[in-house]
Amino acid sequence: MTNIDRRSLMAGVAGLTATTALGGRAFAQSAPTFTPEDGASLRLLRWVPFVTGEEEAWNANTKAFTEATGVEVRIDQESWEDVRPKAAVAANVGSGPDIVMSWFDDPFQYPDKLVDVTDLANAIGEANGGWYDGLRDYAVKDGRFIALPLAAIGNAICYRDSHVKAAGFSEFPSDSAGFLELCKAMNANGTPAGFPHGKAVGDGNNYAHWLLWSQGGKMINEDGTVGIDTAEAREAIEYAKALYQTFIPGTESWLDINNNRAFLAGQVSLTANGVSLYYAAAKDPAMAEIAEDIRTTNLPIGPVGKSVELHQTTSLSIFNHTKYPEAAKAYLQFMYGTDRMNAWIEGASAYCCQALKGFADNPVWTSNPVHAAYAKASESLRPNGYAGPLGYASAGVMADYVLVDMFAEAVIGQSSTDDAIANAARRANRYYR
Amino acid sequence: MGKATTSARNGTFLGRLTGSKNGLGLIFMLPAATFLLCFLTYPLGLGVWLGFTDTRIGRAGEFIGLENYIWLLDDPVFRLSVFNTILYTSVASVLKFGLGLWLALLLNEKLPMKSLFRAIILLPWVVPTVLSALAFWWIFDSQFSIISWILMKWGWIDTPINFLGDPTNARAAVIAANVWRGIPFVAISLLAGLQTIPASLNEAAALDGATSWQRFRRITLPLLTPIIAVVMTFSVLFTFTDFQLIYVLTRGGPVNATHLMATLSFQRAIPGGQLGEGAAIAVAMIPFLLAAILFSFFGLQRRKWQQGGAD
Repeated sequence: MTNIDRRSLMAGVAGLTATTALGGRAFAQSAPTFTPEDGASLRLLRWVPFVTGEEEAWNANTKAFTEATGVEVRIDQESWEDVRPKAAVAANVGSGPDIVMSWFDDPFQYPDKLVDVTDLANAIGEANGGWYDGLRDYAVKDGRFIALPLAAIGNAICYRDSHVKAAGFSEFPSDSAGFLELCKAMNANGTPAGFPHGKAVGDGNNYAHWLLWSQGGKMINEDGTVGIDTAEAREAIEYAKALYQTFIPGTESWLDINNNRAFLAGQVSLTANGVSLYYAAAKDPAMAEIAEDIRTTNLPIGPVGKSVELHQTTSLSIFNHTKYPEAAKAYLQFMYGTDRMNAWIEGASAYCCQALKGFADNPVWTSNPVHAAYAKASESLRPNGYAGPLGYASAGVMADYVLVDMFAEAVIGQSSTDDAIANAARRANRYYR
Repeated sequence: MGKATTSARNGTFLGRLTGSKNGLGLIFMLPAATFLLCFLTYPLGLGVWLGFTDTRIGRAGEFIGLENYIWLLDDPVFRLSVFNTILYTSVASVLKFGLGLWLALLLNEKLPMKSLFRAIILLPWVVPTVLSALAFWWIFDSQFSIISWILMKWGWIDTPINFLGDPTNARAAVIAANVWRGIPFVAISLLAGLQTIPASLNEAAALDGATSWQRFRRITLPLLTPIIAVVMTFSVLFTFTDFQLIYVLTRGGPVNATHLMATLSFQRAIPGGQLGEGAAIAVAMIPFLLAAILFSFFGLQRRKWQQGGAD
């Protein structure tokens, strides 16, 4: 890619998209043009929005698309856990929604049932400073885009500033060793930390993957064989055990909501979560004191030397059973238009982190200091099942809580470190055979 | 009915069919049979078939014989879930039976406001499982448990009880929740059974000087056995296939200590996408359920009329 000044490029794209809205068909030379088929209409299957602002922005953009092109778009919502089975069935039955907004490695469960969107993805990428690597990996198979990365749902440490200061830390430690010391000091002060070791789909997986990856471990090797049995994974478990000693009791039973509840009730002073935790406090006048005290930061950097996290990823793909592939591509192109994407990211109030580097200066990230940590989600994001290929195996290992269980059984002392690793390797091998 | 119509009817196949008693019976049974075939036999057959394949959600599988079962036999998580399911079912069923029978006997006595009590007893059974499970989720919460809170107020304990985090506690907690939910069904059904026992038998025995324990042991219990057999069979089946309670309370945690076969089957089949393996786990429940039914049929229903013969 040539080194173009991003601002001038964005301005150009904005102007061009404006022309399209007026009925013109011109896009930048590099951008392909998609003309919706006559009488086209589309159905989008998406997850139920977490934030109303996000839903409103998405729907407003969609309405603008309908007004500009005459293509009706019906948006069906499913709870986020139901999108995976519904989309898989639609892909294989060959009917149902035309476009799906899915999670993680979903597109890799049925890659040959999806429309190749490489031309569109490259054009959008070039116009917006390029895709983030981690998100790109969730969309590219064998060099072809089978999906457009949409956003990372960021995860970050949320802590009580006054309690961290009271523990003797004027600054939040950025490395994992310092983080352990902080947790020890906070526990000694009676303001402990807490991370879920229970079957918490989102928070539990985020924490477990950070534990493993930050210490340099990985579940899968590049060639798709199971690579959990390493010295680094042992380090990770030992580190997790030490951290667990400093937690509030009972974290092994925590599901996704428990850390929010405990934090908002003042029982724990440090945990990791999406920005929703902050908003739960900020919106409740009774919790003004806590909301005032909340700070966020990224999970500490371990021996691996850089910030690596799982987060949640969502992407958009077009089923090849759609009768209107051109309309579908035109719709996606429209939604990734600079102004519209910016409006959507802003509407999501730091819940959704941009998939394209060009949107990193969205005002939402500077509008509130609490948001800043979530702005880096796409940068630190590493795909599930790293460093192996994505597919049904990577999805299955996560859904079966293999990594979450590995840490949980070791920290509560049910298994030795070696046994916990052996169990995890055995279960992962089942999927990666 | 005129003679002409009858002969005209007899002429066609349909006429002969509707004319004969057996034929008519067959026609009347057809809707029910179709219903059973479509909604019971077909899904069951499909489930058994899926268990022999490597089907994933959205991808047709191939027949792989017993591979799923061979893998499961060697899978510690599955074996743990079988152990958990048996433990859960047996402990919960025994408790439900004991407490349910006790409650039924109490309610069978002459109490003031008897019908009000009977209505209240039914409440746990009437409340949707997910709702009561959510209530128990708070009761057993690791930070906000009301039980821990009260005990701490009284100064009996210093830190909250780790209800759902410790494997033993977690098992006890989910069993307690299940028992709470299951007692009304047992109690009310047994109460119905108790009321069919003629009072004259008890009165006669009392006149003969039988103690209340002897009356219970020699009159009430034998006459109640058929009801007990039916009620406990159902109770065991419900408990064995329990899903909602576990899914809300622990999702099978901590470290699979409360994973039942039903919850593991769901976890592997739907979020995990491995329909074949999930179906195999579900099918593996069938032998246990059949054993429970057969035990009740041959073990508890010892009278011939209960097995379809003459008494």
